[in-house]
Amino acid sequence: MANTVWKANQRSLAPWLFLAPGLIMFIVYVIIPIFQSMWISFYDWDGLGEKTWLGLANYAELLDDDAFYTSLKNNVIWLVLYMLALPAGLLIAIFLNQSIRGMRLYKSLFFFPFVISQVVVGLMFSWFYAPDFGLFYNLIESLTGQGIAILADDRFVTYGIIVAGLWPQIAYVMILYLTGLNNVAPDQVEAARLDGAKGWKMLWYVVLPQLRPATFIAVVVTVIGALRSFDLVSVMTDGGPYGSSRVLSFYMYEQALSEYGYRMGYGAAIAVVLFAIMMIFISGFIWKMWRDERGR
Amino acid sequence: MFPRPIEQTSPLGQWAYKIAVPVALVLWLLPLLGVALTSVRPASDLAQGNYFGMPSAIALGNYVQIFTDSPIAGYMLNSFKVTVPTVIGAVALSCMTGFALAIYGFRSNMIIFFMFVAGNFVPFQILMVPVRDLTLKMGMYNSWTGLAMFHIAFQTGFCTLFMRNFIKALPHELIEAARVEGVSEWQIFWHVVLPLMRPAIAALSVLIFTFIWNDYFWATVLTTSADSQPITAGLSSLNGQWIAQWHLVSAGSILAALPPVLMFFLMQRHFIAGLTLGAVK
Repeated sequence: MANTVWKANQRSLAPWLFLAPGLIMFIVYVIIPIFQSMWISFYDWDGLGEKTWLGLANYAELLDDDAFYTSLKNNVIWLVLYMLALPAGLLIAIFLNQSIRGMRLYKSLFFFPFVISQVVVGLMFSWFYAPDFGLFYNLIESLTGQGIAILADDRFVTYGIIVAGLWPQIAYVMILYLTGLNNVAPDQVEAARLDGAKGWKMLWYVVLPQLRPATFIAVVVTVIGALRSFDLVSVMTDGGPYGSSRVLSFYMYEQALSEYGYRMGYGAAIAVVLFAIMMIFISGFIWKMWRDERGR
Repeated sequence: MFPRPIEQTSPLGQWAYKIAVPVALVLWLLPLLGVALTSVRPASDLAQGNYFGMPSAIALGNYVQIFTDSPIAGYMLNSFKVTVPTVIGAVALSCMTGFALAIYGFRSNMIIFFMFVAGNFVPFQILMVPVRDLTLKMGMYNSWTGLAMFHIAFQTGFCTLFMRNFIKALPHELIEAARVEGVSEWQIFWHVVLPLMRPAIAALSVLIFTFIWNDYFWATVLTTSADSQPITAGLSSLNGQWIAQWHLVSAGSILAALPPVLMFFLMQRHFIAGLTLGAVK
């Protein structure tokens, strides 16, 4: 009996059985927590005891919190400067898109920074920037007569960290464009060349349009990468000096889990703001992907 | 070809290019080379102010010292304990979810697919408090199991996107033919589709290995003590203890970077196929 029910409905039940384990895990660990965080953001909670309902008080506090504005401002700087990874990655990809001997190895070595953990990247750049003996410090000192301790100077610290973050990000974008360049239709390039197109014109009118899928993915991963920045800030400066290099993701962690006190509700409110900012971009990406799916 | 192949330029131009590429590479990898050199620099060099010059001797002892003086071997082991089950779990789950979403045209198909895709992009912080709480309640806080469970669930989002697109590109006639033969849905998955998914499985495995090995945020949120922390979190706390002992910090950094770098070199082609999400072929 059960056997015949299964036989009759196999085709409609099968997808749900295949989906079940992955979908349940994803819902429990990703989808539900998003809503729980929103819920927690209305409470005062230390993570252990009773929750106290606050309504919008956490959000009201955010509006008066200078540290929040510093983090928000730094997030914008991250986002804008991270976009430099696109032209930089494209430039390196074009530079490397040749077939001399050993090119494959060169390409992989150029890609190296992306494979390395951001913790290690952070340590490398801290060493590079280190006051008194760091290579960068000495370089500035020999140029201007006065060294700058990048990571201890609130005017430059965020830029110093972003440069460290751009290093692997450029490598990622580069590999996307290298793969894209590989698939640029050679006949179109040749035809354009016969028509006298070269250099910038060729790049802009013939090559870039064909690189559009690569550009889309590059934009997605760069935006997400910029807004997710946490590791580098935590490793290189721990948010300092005096909180000037905080970003929202780091500030949230600090409020909710560090020695500054277990303010889970307030942390959740910061996370909700970050989520809202990210949702603007996510909806854009999803909308475009959805359209492409329909068009298939 | 864009740009114009270098073979078509003057011999001088070709020479210039062949010199420019390695020079650019050295400049590009300067931070890495600096740290690699420092990792074999004797401590006495640092004391004498020789930070960026050639080391006076090759001190492989630095690598021995990090193993004897710190729990770094344990950190490395913890990283493997988290990473390997995550790779297996996320790839196994997403083979099935990807199959379901690529093969069956049921009504909520697209909604579920885009839920996986969107979930994959959210900031970690919106998940942090509830996931930490859930892990605590399940008694998995501060253990590799708690960390691996979360990673499996989260990575399933990205892996599903990848697997679904990969299976969708397979010839559908194969499945139709098997159905006509009366092969059950499970057998179609196991005997028809799964063998064709090997390149996708390889690509995702190396990619997830690297992502999880390099994860730092969740390691700091879900683990606290040296006997459960993976290498990223461990290295960060060792950095706090080894103040100004840059030769040790560097050796630790190189060690931490080694497994993903090896993985990348061994499985390069698969790795890049994974990174481009299969969208840029």
